[in-house]
Amino acid sequence: MNYIALSHWDIALAATLLSINAGLSVYYKLGTARRLLVAALRMVVQLTLVGLVLKALFATVSPWLTLLAALVMVGFAGREAMARQDRSFAGFWSYGLGTISMLMAAGVVTLFALGTQFHAEPWYDPRYAIPILGMILGNTMTGVSLAIDRLLSEADSGRARIEARLALGHPFRQAMQEPLKSAMRAGLIPTVNGMAAAGLVSLPGMMTGQILAGVDPVQAVKYQLLVMFLIAGGTALGVFCSVMIALRRLTDPRQRLRLDRLQLP
Amino acid sequence: MLSIERLSRAILQPITLAVTDGCCVAVHGTSGSGKSLFLRAVADLDPSTGEVRLDDVSREDMPASDWRRRVTYVAADSGWWTERVGDHFEAPDIAAGYLVRLGFHGNVMSWPVSRLSTGERQRLALLRAMVQNPRVLLLDEPTSALDPEATAKVESVLHEKTAAGVIIIMVTHDAAQAKRMSEQRYVMDKGSLQEASQ
Repeated sequence: MNYIALSHWDIALAATLLSINAGLSVYYKLGTARRLLVAALRMVVQLTLVGLVLKALFATVSPWLTLLAALVMVGFAGREAMARQDRSFAGFWSYGLGTISMLMAAGVVTLFALGTQFHAEPWYDPRYAIPILGMILGNTMTGVSLAIDRLLSEADSGRARIEARLALGHPFRQAMQEPLKSAMRAGLIPTVNGMAAAGLVSLPGMMTGQILAGVDPVQAVKYQLLVMFLIAGGTALGVFCSVMIALRRLTDPRQRLRLDRLQLP
Repeated sequence: MLSIERLSRAILQPITLAVTDGCCVAVHGTSGSGKSLFLRAVADLDPSTGEVRLDDVSREDMPASDWRRRVTYVAADSGWWTERVGDHFEAPDIAAGYLVRLGFHGNVMSWPVSRLSTGERQRLALLRAMVQNPRVLLLDEPTSALDPEATAKVESVLHEKTAAGVIIIMVTHDAAQAKRMSEQRYVMDKGSLQEASQ
């Protein structure tokens, strides 16, 4: 594979683009310069560390270290998904809901991909397992947090509507039909949009990276399609799991609407 | 016969109350005293302790949705979940028979909900619950948004229901209405239900 190796100076030069932005922000008093700088610094530090960790991980090919890395990733994703919500469940479920559904969805889809498309030797080789998991997790996280946020805020704001149906003897599942539909839609929109716009509006990041690294575009497209399908499958599964778990937590055996189990941030 | 034994939740002191068929009970009290919480607890819309039985069958012995079809709560603020008024009714034909008696003219069932006034919503929410033929109606200020004329119409329909054996527990701020409608009158004060002194 022939690709142009990047020097530190190349990266630094690209980073100066940000300083133009920061300058504009200071001039127009937009107040974004600081946040931009912090985010950029975080990215540099995080990615550099990840690069080192991945290098070490790939060198050892240990199933336990791979599993540990995967669990840490799921844990961070769970925390991020929770932090993005206006309302969440109180106690364990504020964190548990997103984490459990992502663990399930991203785990299943990653194992599926490792077992079928990538015939890695050994199958848990972190060089394949970790990047696939990361990509699926990143997208599932967005879907799950959007879906849960929508479900909980609609349950809260639509309380009169939902309880009117419960009071008339409608089962909880039926009383929640509208919030449920709207939550599923919210969770899947980024994925659907991503698939619909792929290639026309944007060249997806992974494919672009591969092409820049010298891979034949047709091969890069195949990889991108595979990854898109994995992402879509993982997101749909994660959104579905999380919404179903949330729906169960929102009610009890007497089919009440249990908004008392929610908390504001 | 609806019998409530030591029904209690968060701010409610244990309430014991028996209401015979065709009887109407009125509850009044200041805002925040727990009147709505009481009705919601009877309908099993909030967790509560104690026992509530209808014709000697405990509510725990049937699915919650069956209980609420028999013991139906009508909230002070009505909720509407689809566009068209008629889609909120299980039996729009039976409901249509009551429309004129409740002061409606024209084909309300085909209207969009957004066209209804507050008072119209209140009457239709009551009607929606009534046509499902519950044994008990728990009414939370059922005429608060109505003028005297519309109030009289609602009361006449409710009287007809109690005559047919339906039990009504209603929260009302209107002392005259409580006298007109009910045989038993209670006051809710800081979560404790006391028999009214008159």
